[in-house]
Amino acid sequence: MKYSVDDRGYYGEFGGAFIPEMMYPNVKELQDNYLRILNSPDFISEFHSLLKHYVGRPSPLYFAPRLSEFHNTKIYLKREDLNHTGAHKINNTVGQILIAQRLGKKRIIAVTGAGQHGVATATVCALMGLKCVVYMGETDIARQEPNVLRMKMLGADVVPVVSGNRTLKDATNESIRDWISNPSDTHYIIGSAVGPHPYPDLVTRLQSVISEEMRYQLLEQTGKSDPDYIVACVGGGSNAIGSFYHYLNNENVKLVGVEAAGKGISTGETAATLVTGRPGIIHGSRTILMQDEDGQITEPYSISAGLDYPGIGPAHSFLHKTGRVIYGNVTDDEALEAAFLLTRLEGIVPALESAHALAWLGKTRFRTGDVVVVTVSGRGDKDMSAYIKYMNTRDSEENSYGSK
Amino acid sequence: MNRIDKLFREKKEHILSVYFTAGFPDIVATAGIVKSLSEAGADMVEIGMPFSDPMADGPVIQKSNETALRNGMNIKKLFVQLQEIRNEVDIPIILMGYLNPVMQFGFENFCMKCSETGIDGVILPDLPPQVYIEEFQGMFDRYGIYNILLISPQSDEKRIHEIDYISRGFIYMVSSSGVTGAKGSCSQDQIAYFDRVRKIKLKNPCLIGFGISGHDSFAEACKYSSGGIIGSAFVNLLREKGYSADVINQFVKSIRG
Ligand SMILES: Cc1ncc(COP(=O)(O)O)c(C=O)c1O
Repeated sequence: MKYSVDDRGYYGEFGGAFIPEMMYPNVKELQDNYLRILNSPDFISEFHSLLKHYVGRPSPLYFAPRLSEFHNTKIYLKREDLNHTGAHKINNTVGQILIAQRLGKKRIIAVTGAGQHGVATATVCALMGLKCVVYMGETDIARQEPNVLRMKMLGADVVPVVSGNRTLKDATNESIRDWISNPSDTHYIIGSAVGPHPYPDLVTRLQSVISEEMRYQLLEQTGKSDPDYIVACVGGGSNAIGSFYHYLNNENVKLVGVEAAGKGISTGETAATLVTGRPGIIHGSRTILMQDEDGQITEPYSISAGLDYPGIGPAHSFLHKTGRVIYGNVTDDEALEAAFLLTRLEGIVPALESAHALAWLGKTRFRTGDVVVVTVSGRGDKDMSAYIKYMNTRDSEENSYGSK
Repeated sequence: MNRIDKLFREKKEHILSVYFTAGFPDIVATAGIVKSLSEAGADMVEIGMPFSDPMADGPVIQKSNETALRNGMNIKKLFVQLQEIRNEVDIPIILMGYLNPVMQFGFENFCMKCSETGIDGVILPDLPPQVYIEEFQGMFDRYGIYNILLISPQSDEKRIHEIDYISRGFIYMVSSSGVTGAKGSCSQDQIAYFDRVRKIKLKNPCLIGFGISGHDSFAEACKYSSGGIIGSAFVNLLREKGYSADVINQFVKSIRG
C-alpha cells in the first residue's frame, strides 16, 4: 500500500525510531514481534472476541436525519462514543494488552492528557490483572478529576508529573524515562498513532477496525461501501487514521482530518500542528511539530485536552504532504457550538474532541446527495463542566441581547 | 589530531569528564566554567545544549535545561560564547543535546560551527546509530567531528560490536538502566555488566556515565573503564554554590581525591 509504513518504519520522510540506546531493546523487541503477533490466529480470535463481547463492537453507524437536514447532505455517525469506556481509545488498549501478555510483560505504563486513554489502559489492566502506572501532568490531573478517580478505582497508580508545564508533553517525557528505567518487565501502551516505529503502525492497525466496519455498514445501509467524505478529529491521529485506513487507496473518497485551532491559528494559542508546525523530531518520531525557531517544542492549546498535542502522527504528516488527506481546523467556540448542535438535533452529547470533526461540517459546502461519515470518537461525559460553562455564558449573552 | 584521540592516547585511566548545561546557572557562565574545569584538572568537558524535552535526563538536568532556556540560551549563542575558547582551553570539548534543536539549526551548519569553534565531538542520545550512518556520518567525518555513541546494560554483544565499529573517540557506557542523575554505589548487576563489556575486545575506550556522583563512584568507574563522566552532581554544585574558580577547583579535587 502506497500510504503504509515501509519496512524501515517510515511514511515517506516521516516516522522512524529516534530513541536513545537505552530504549532500543524494548522498541526493537516490539518491532520484531508486532506483526507476527497481530497476524497470529490466537491473537486475532481473542482480539475480535474482546472487541465484540467486552467493548461492544461493531459500533453503530447511525444515519443522523436532523443533522443531515441541517447541513443539507447525508450524514452518518460512526459511534465510537458507544464503546466501553466511552471512546475509540479502548480498541487500541485491548490490542496492546494482548501483545504485552504475549511478550511476557507484567507491568503497563501509559500517558494520558484528558484521561480517556488512561481510563482505557487502566480498564484492560484490570481485565488482565496487570499492574498499571499512568503518568499525567499535574495541570491535567486538576482539570480531569472524574477520569483520575476512575483510573484509581480501576487500580491504576496515577503519577502526577511536575516537570515542565505539567501537561501531556511532560507526562510523555516522564513515561519514556520510566521505560528506560524498567527495560525488561514493562510495556508502554502509547495511546495515539505517534511515537517511534512501530507504534504509529501498530496503533493504526488496531484502530483500523473503525473503517473495516464502516465499509460493510455503509454497503448495508446505502448500497455502496464508499462514502463521499470521511471526517475525523486529529490529536495524535489514531481515530482519524483508523477511520481512513481501508479507504486510503481509494481516491474517490475524500478524507478530512480536523485539528484543534484553539483560540485561532494566528493567536499562538492553538494545537493546529500542520498549520503552525514544521518537520522535526518529537517523542521518537520524525514528523511535523510545533516548535520555536530554536527547535524547542512549544506548548499547544485547545479547549479539548485530547487534542492539545504539539506533534501529529507521522502518517498524517505524510498524508498531508502528499495531499491524500485534507486537513482543516476548528476553534474552541466552533467546536462548542457543534457539540450543542448535535446534542439538540440528535440527542447525542459528543466529546469535545469529536465536536471538532462535527464543526468542520459547518465550514464546507456539500452536494445534496453526498454521503458524509463523521467519526464520533468519544462521548461528552468528561466534558460536562466545559459544556455547562459555555451554556451559562451563552444564556447570559442571549438574555442581554433580549433586554436591549 | 582530534583532541579526544590525543587525550586517550596520552592517558589510559582515571579520565574525568564533566557535564554541565550551557546557560546555567546564568547566561554568561558557560565559557568561564569550561576554563575553570580545565584549570582544575578535568580531562574533558561536555556542554549541554538545553532542550525543552530532555527525555533521557533526570530531574537535576531537566531543571538546568529549563533554567538555561529561560535565560535565553540557544545553539547560536553558545557558539558565539565559545568563539574564543580555544585561546584558553586545550582539553577536548563535546556538545551534548537532543536532535531537534540541532536539526533546526541545520546539521551541516552545526558541524561547520563545531569545527570552527574547536569542538571535538557531539553526543545526541536520540540520534540512532543507523540514522547516523545513513544520513550524517559523511558530514561528521568531513568536519572531523566525532559522534559519541551510547551503550547500555541492555545492549547485547552484537549491538556493542556494531556501535564500536562506527564509534570514534570513545564509547559512552551508560552505567545502569535509567536516566541521568546522581546515585549511590554500584550494584552487583552493574558490576556484572561492566565486566561483560570489559571482556569484549573493543577498538574504542569506554567512559562510564550516569549516576557517578563523587569520589567513590568515580573510583569505581575507573576500575572498569578508562574513566567516568559526572553530570548531575556538578550541576547541583553549580546551583548551590555558584561557579567561581574556587568552587569548581575544589569539586574536581574532591572527585580525584
Ligand atoms: C474522544 C477522543 N477523541 C479524540 C482524541 C484524540 O486522539 P487521536 O487523535 O489519537 O484520535 C482523544 C484523545 O484523548 C479522545 O479522548
